[in-house]
Amino acid sequence: MGSWHNSAPRQREGEGPLEARLQVENVAFRYPHFELSPTSFEVRPGELVAIIGPNGSGKSTLLEIASGHLKPLAGCVRLDGVDLHRLPARVRAQQVGLARQETILLFSFEVREFVRQGRHPHLGRSLFESADDERWVDWAMEKTSLTAFAGRRVLEISSGEFQRAVLARTLAQRPRLVLLDEPTANLDIGYQIEMLRLVRQLAASESFVAVIVTHELNLAAELADYLLLLEAGRCLAQGKPEQVLQSGLLSRVFRTPVVVDRNPSSGRPRVTWVAP
Amino acid sequence: MTVTATRRNVLALTLALSAGLAVVGLGALTVGGVHLPLTEVWSGLRAAGSSAEATIIVREIRLPRILLAMLVGAALAVSGTALQALLRNPLADPYVLGISSGAALGAIVALWIGGRVATASPLVAFGGALVTMTWVYFLGRRAGRLASYTLLLAGVITASFLSAVILFVLTLLSTRDVRGTAFWLMGDLSVVTETQLGILIPVVGAGIAVLYGFAKDLNVLLLGEEEAAHLGVNVARVGTIVYLLASLLTGVAVSVSGAIGYLGLLVPHLGRMLVGNDHRTLLPTAALGGAIVLVLSDTLARTVVAPAELPVGAVTALAGAPVFIYLLRRTAG
Repeated sequence: MGSWHNSAPRQREGEGPLEARLQVENVAFRYPHFELSPTSFEVRPGELVAIIGPNGSGKSTLLEIASGHLKPLAGCVRLDGVDLHRLPARVRAQQVGLARQETILLFSFEVREFVRQGRHPHLGRSLFESADDERWVDWAMEKTSLTAFAGRRVLEISSGEFQRAVLARTLAQRPRLVLLDEPTANLDIGYQIEMLRLVRQLAASESFVAVIVTHELNLAAELADYLLLLEAGRCLAQGKPEQVLQSGLLSRVFRTPVVVDRNPSSGRPRVTWVAP
Repeated sequence: MTVTATRRNVLALTLALSAGLAVVGLGALTVGGVHLPLTEVWSGLRAAGSSAEATIIVREIRLPRILLAMLVGAALAVSGTALQALLRNPLADPYVLGISSGAALGAIVALWIGGRVATASPLVAFGGALVTMTWVYFLGRRAGRLASYTLLLAGVITASFLSAVILFVLTLLSTRDVRGTAFWLMGDLSVVTETQLGILIPVVGAGIAVLYGFAKDLNVLLLGEEEAAHLGVNVARVGTIVYLLASLLTGVAVSVSGAIGYLGLLVPHLGRMLVGNDHRTLLPTAALGGAIVLVLSDTLARTVVAPAELPVGAVTALAGAPVFIYLLRRTAG
């Protein structure tokens, strides 16, 4: 298992500038009532990493640090060897896309206009999108099956469609690191699976690194390559799903008894809550 | 409706609205105490007419006033549009938030102390607008976030407090050559000098042009400050510059026309319905739309109860206050 973690990035045919590797090294942070202990992990291109843990365990803080936006008190984050916190915001935004779901919009945009905003870091001095920019917007809309919604208003589409629009905007950024904070919140199980499958497929085909924060343990077990379990600002376990999803550990962290067995069809771990 | 922001669309939109503004402007030149047909307006404009009277009416009475309405209308509407984006509040407006009152107080104090220095009043009005905006912004911030209704209340209360101070100062200055309370509190376009237009034209023109350079950043800011930062916008820098420009536009407008209300609310709202929320199309729409709406309002103000005149602010408030209430009810949900 250790060799899996340390092995060299896979080289694939036709991989261009999107080849990436994320190294988070001993990042630590402190709020008045919360402390994130030094945490490290690495992700290879094409992989999907899920950060799991109870509310307030520091998942979103870790994600914000990994994005290069929140500066850690110690440690560093490298994307392809470059320290993200040393990059100017615009350059960083050309490489890192972070999507949160809590955005409250008071002004409506058409879906395509909303997705188009993802091109912002690439516009440079120009005030308008180039033909190239428009092609990436079309590409992102197509990948997220939003082409038919182009002219609809973002305040009028369903939450599942909105979640896809947020993902499309992030994809239109063409980042090499995609960070998603609870991308499946408010989605029914069909949409949840569809969303994560899409992220996973795209991470592989576009060979970006995807890191998500999620509460859906079984979804993470099925679709993530690598898990990090946080509790009260400490990373208790990381590794493949079967290494992290241990019944004793989860029962303690989530303060409720769980049984972990195997999903008969995928062979991946399956977490079941037991009524106490 | 949405007009996709491309270079071509923005150009077409600007040309169409400019043509509309020209038509409205010409129409407004014909209307007044003496009706002048278009042919006489045209010869009056070129100072080539047979009647010297028409030339004087057109060039010296109506034209300066209409130009003033265009400049003030554009300045207030653009200022309102920018504030709505920065505060992420469709109800933000320089008048509602008390910024116009701050500018008016500044202008009055400058007239009191600075007397006849032409640039003192717009300059100090800019300062007054800036101070009020900063004050309301910090009052409206709760736990690091902008609270929509707290901000509005803070603005409304500040406006009412500043109006009281203005009344107090104007009473003290009643013997001086400072205009009356109706002018400062409601706004009025009836008196304008060439010097004032000479200051207003470059400042409003440059202010709007510089602001337009930030149009795409304002778009991203509508998504939220965090989102804008993740999309590479230096939120603090852009915010500061846009606040300065919005204060400048409000300040210079108020220093020559008093606090005309609701234009910064009414026009951007119409603009959003017409072209959508992309500032690359919205800002020129607001600028030219603001000019059109204020010329129309002022034409109404000076004709509807002729030979008497209404302050133009009464007309814009009659149209704008219902729009405010409509938006308030719509955003309350």
